[in-house]
Amino acid sequence: MDTRVSKKKLGLKDRYTAMTRGLHWDTTYQPMDKVFPYDTYEGIKIHDWDKWEDPFRLTMEAYWKYQGEKEKKLYAVIDAFAQNNGQLGISDARYVNALKLFIQGVTPLEYYAHRGFAHVGRQFTGAGARVAAQMQSVDELRHYQTETHAISHYNKYFNGMHHTSHWFDRVWYLSVPKSFFEDAYSSGPFEFLTAVSFSFEYVLTNLLFVPFMSGAAHNGDMSTVTFGFSAQSDESRHMTLGIECIKFMLEQDPDNLPIIQRWMDKWFWRGYRLLTLVAMMQDYMLPKRVMSWKEAWEMYAEGSGGALFKDLARYGIREPKGWKDACEGKDHISHQAWNTFYNYNAAAPFHTWVPDDEELAWLTEKYPETFDSLYRPRLQYLREQQAIGKRFYNNTLPMLCTTCQIPMCFTEPGDATKIAYRETEHLGDKYHFCSDHCKDIFAHEPEKYVQSWLPVHQIYQGNCFKPGTDPSQAGFDPLAAVMDYYEVKVGEDNFDFEGSQDQKNFNEWRGDDGLGEDE
Amino acid sequence: MSVDLHTREIQPLRQTFAHVAQYAGDDKPASRYLEATLGAQSTANFHYRPTWDPAHELFDKTRSAVVMADWQSLRDPRQYYYGTWTMARARQQDAIEANYQFIEDRGLVAKMPEAVRSKASKVLIPLRHAAWGGNMNNCSIGAYGYGAMLTAPAMFHAMDQLGVAQYITRLGLTLDEPGALDAGKNDWLKETCWQPLRHYVEDTLVLQDPMELFVAQNLALDGQLYPLIFGSFVDDHLVPLGGTSVAMMSAFMPEWHAESSRWVDAVLKIAAAESEANRALIAGWVQAWSDRAQAALMPVAAMALDAGAQGAIDDARTSLNARCKKAGITS
Amino acid sequence: MSNVFIAFQSNEDSRPIIEAILADNPHAVSVHSPGLIKIDAPDELCIKRATIEEIIGRRYDLQEIHVSLVTLSGYIDEDDDQFTLSWKH
Repeated sequence: MDTRVSKKKLGLKDRYTAMTRGLHWDTTYQPMDKVFPYDTYEGIKIHDWDKWEDPFRLTMEAYWKYQGEKEKKLYAVIDAFAQNNGQLGISDARYVNALKLFIQGVTPLEYYAHRGFAHVGRQFTGAGARVAAQMQSVDELRHYQTETHAISHYNKYFNGMHHTSHWFDRVWYLSVPKSFFEDAYSSGPFEFLTAVSFSFEYVLTNLLFVPFMSGAAHNGDMSTVTFGFSAQSDESRHMTLGIECIKFMLEQDPDNLPIIQRWMDKWFWRGYRLLTLVAMMQDYMLPKRVMSWKEAWEMYAEGSGGALFKDLARYGIREPKGWKDACEGKDHISHQAWNTFYNYNAAAPFHTWVPDDEELAWLTEKYPETFDSLYRPRLQYLREQQAIGKRFYNNTLPMLCTTCQIPMCFTEPGDATKIAYRETEHLGDKYHFCSDHCKDIFAHEPEKYVQSWLPVHQIYQGNCFKPGTDPSQAGFDPLAAVMDYYEVKVGEDNFDFEGSQDQKNFNEWRGDDGLGEDE
Repeated sequence: MSVDLHTREIQPLRQTFAHVAQYAGDDKPASRYLEATLGAQSTANFHYRPTWDPAHELFDKTRSAVVMADWQSLRDPRQYYYGTWTMARARQQDAIEANYQFIEDRGLVAKMPEAVRSKASKVLIPLRHAAWGGNMNNCSIGAYGYGAMLTAPAMFHAMDQLGVAQYITRLGLTLDEPGALDAGKNDWLKETCWQPLRHYVEDTLVLQDPMELFVAQNLALDGQLYPLIFGSFVDDHLVPLGGTSVAMMSAFMPEWHAESSRWVDAVLKIAAAESEANRALIAGWVQAWSDRAQAALMPVAAMALDAGAQGAIDDARTSLNARCKKAGITS
Repeated sequence: MSNVFIAFQSNEDSRPIIEAILADNPHAVSVHSPGLIKIDAPDELCIKRATIEEIIGRRYDLQEIHVSLVTLSGYIDEDDDQFTLSWKH
């Protein structure tokens, strides 16, 4: 027991203040707006950074202690999984394609988030906000690195995961997540927080994590489940940063409201479009299915999201402009996306397939209004074609939406027999969009979106060949040349799951003696 | 799982990712460090220029005048990835926690000579702001540098600097009343002896070249500040006078400095060895910023060590020069 | 009135935390799913350091919950003695 004359001891809040914003000073040898050049140009008005409420009050000591403990536990599981050949315990090798989608399309975003938060972690004038952003920056690096390590084991045994860093910058569908995050990162710091911390990490986060993680749990992938739980605890800190940031901006000045509303509209829609890939994964790529995309949307978007926007109404915030169309899409987007990837599986480094009868029945049950009338007939036709040796591969390239960069596979809200086409002209060129909302996003910042590196345009312009490729040679096969540029191994990474190396290997490793039963 | 694996050959198809095998070969498993760091950062086909810096791409080599054929060659000898970094720091944190417990249980602060206690407070507390500058600068390198090989350890370094600032704050709160933190900030802002150092720090806050910033902060300044303060002042001056508790509470700092200097020196050594142009550029930065840091630290040394100041400053510069010679970055 | 919730990994570390929450928050309801325990409560949920210390018989730092925390909802208020989730309306 301490017998000194007790001096005033600081409580948690005051200690944390001393440990963070108390370290800051307003510079005098260099002007403050030179030290912090980026935090006013977006038009967001901040009058008093002292009103910022620190979301979680972790000192670096506490951070190291608890994160160190989490890492120890996580790597113990990753190591055990590898030692015990845990990949043999998954439900069926088709599941691995969900992991491929994850490491190709989600893991690189963790790295982008790491760099983006480093950027805002340097640029905000408010020291409390800087510290929170910096902690998130290293958290995101954690996610990038632990995901890479966990999936490293799968990469040894399955195809479609060996060159993700090369694919992310080139392969057509990966420009969807890449452009999403680059849009956020190229925006100003306040928009970045609205896009990532709020729209993605608060509003939509459960729609990314729950499908992958519960999919992993139900399909025997304990390594991914463990990663998921471990990462989610970081996410709870990130969520609180997102909601604090929104509240802070809205409370600082009423002039901020229209700017923030427009960002919410934009980022809700871009985030929703990005989640198309997850919807497809959830409905089509999990041999043991958990819940449908529609159910997940109703629970996490309509349920939780609804409560959130009710709470924000007191600031004058309304639900995002695309909300109704996103809700309407819940019956459609997974099917439309799967069909697109089935079509273009020659050019995608993961496998697709037609669902079996049990799976089709599940889809009928989960989508009573749309599946049998709109999507089942197409899948059955594709299966028939495959059975007679004519597995369909689309040899042309799709039109992409300039904003979200997804192939134009989405239909008109209210009429799923019509592809939704929108277009606009800008400085003499025509631009195409999948929806009113993508078109509106373009309209507000055309000078940004005209810069897009659209994969299909780039292929047609001849920018997707390796140096030294000669398209004028006889017998030139452009798609093969593109696969070469992608460094996708044709016949290993791509094409249908039926007849794939993954399928053959997995059956061999598991043996023919009924070990397909799960424990 | 009751699968009988003894009768089955389960051979891996590959040992690691292609972008790692490029460097490490594909005949054996790659280290976690390499898998976690190589190829992490995008290098091509960016979609939009940053609205906050349209003169550059999102990740852009031309932000630095240093030219590397391969920025991924800037390896960290410690081979930290997030897991090993946090676990190492957690162990250190445990040891410091034990030190604080030791000091509190025995009431060692109250037993410290008053002159020692108040001198420690006066010299160390304002340095939490210098460490805060180190946090901001390494965060800047982490944001605007090129390649994960450089920027990932830079972010670890930024958080380490925040840790240093917080350890100094905790030390201050243990040695003194909470009001001493405000007094220290006031000294940092107004006391004559601190102004050259504060000026130095603020000038680094506006440096745009991540590699120049790396030199100015991590080598030129910290390479002299740490030996001066935690070597000459705390260990050599305070401890003999009864200030062992201060050394125990600040133990993280010299230990961290020694460990991270290996990274700092390795990065500059590799960058300088790349070309004569790099070497000359880096050596020029080293000379200019080291001279200036030395001059900025002199009044702080004088306040801390009186007559011993010049000797301590010379020692700090000598040890920095030795590091630079070993790394091949002297003019 | 809206629910706040907090979810933990189902393991040794979270056991006393869950017990403390259910003891201190009579309206809280816990739901188990594979590897996860989720606790819902109307409007507010409070975790008290003293209660946890009583259960485990040693000193406890509330920030230790980070090791097994998975996710949560609601606005957070924390100090050395308590960690509270609530919806301010």
